[in-house]
Amino acid sequence: MPNFVSTKFLRAALPVLLAMSWMGAHAASPGELLQGYAAQSRKEDPAFKEFSASAGDKFYHASVKHSSGRQISCATCHTDSPRNAGKHDKTSKEIPPLAPSVNKTRFTDSGNAEKWFKRNCQDVLERACTTQEKGNFIAYILSVK
Amino acid sequence: MRSSQFSAACGAFLSMYVLAAAAQTGTPQAPSGPAAMWKAECASCHMAYPPGLLPERSWRKMMAELDQHFGQNASLDAAATKAILGYLAENSAERGTSRRSARFLGAVPANAIPLRITANAHFVREHREVTPDVWKLPKVGSPANCNACHSDAEEGSFSGRNVKIPR
Repeated sequence: MPNFVSTKFLRAALPVLLAMSWMGAHAASPGELLQGYAAQSRKEDPAFKEFSASAGDKFYHASVKHSSGRQISCATCHTDSPRNAGKHDKTSKEIPPLAPSVNKTRFTDSGNAEKWFKRNCQDVLERACTTQEKGNFIAYILSVK
Repeated sequence: MRSSQFSAACGAFLSMYVLAAAAQTGTPQAPSGPAAMWKAECASCHMAYPPGLLPERSWRKMMAELDQHFGQNASLDAAATKAILGYLAENSAERGTSRRSARFLGAVPANAIPLRITANAHFVREHREVTPDVWKLPKVGSPANCNACHSDAEEGSFSGRNVKIPR
């Protein structure tokens, strides 16, 4: 073993290595995040090929009838284009744009993306979204320049 | 180069790498303490309401039913839920030292577990002069939007002197 792999070195490097592995688990580029969903899709369906931005576009704009009687879609809060700032349906609080082309922080944290899919799919569709739907959605958002 | 120098250099390099990677992806830094988590999570859809506006039992109920939060799904993972509830409980109306906390608490009936701050009798009394058309102003929207008129609401200040109704 090379002599620099000392206890001292490990002691100095360990927090940093832990921080890096933690970041690996959460932080990513939008492309990496999408690859994660692709890997998940392949696991679920061996015939899976790729995500479709145009299917994501349709999904984003598709108006569905909520059990409350209202017609809603992703665009209800996020506006017609993911480049725009949206507005919270109830509180009117501004929602920063979804598209990484105008908002670099979007789709860089897998935990955060999952948190919002879980909430918003339930609120709009009243069910969980499939991995295919999430991937198509992100593919569309990334295609908006 | 001695091994200690080498390891120090490696440590410094790795730290820089981590910082650079964080800057590059523009990842919002994960909030560290419970107070930061409270602010980041609660304020993503609405103003982070000061914990001193509700009793601890209300916060416990609120955090236990986040998947049905005023008609919306605001669920968090177990770790974040626990940390934020801890912060809310520690700073709830019973623990607050402000006159405001005492008045909000005093307006809650003994066995009630209220969730809606704007339904509190003290809140209603304090806003008795606000007419319905003011609540409906585009920049106000609802009584839940404290900072529309209370410019320092995010900092927990609701002094009447700092009230400015938007036009």
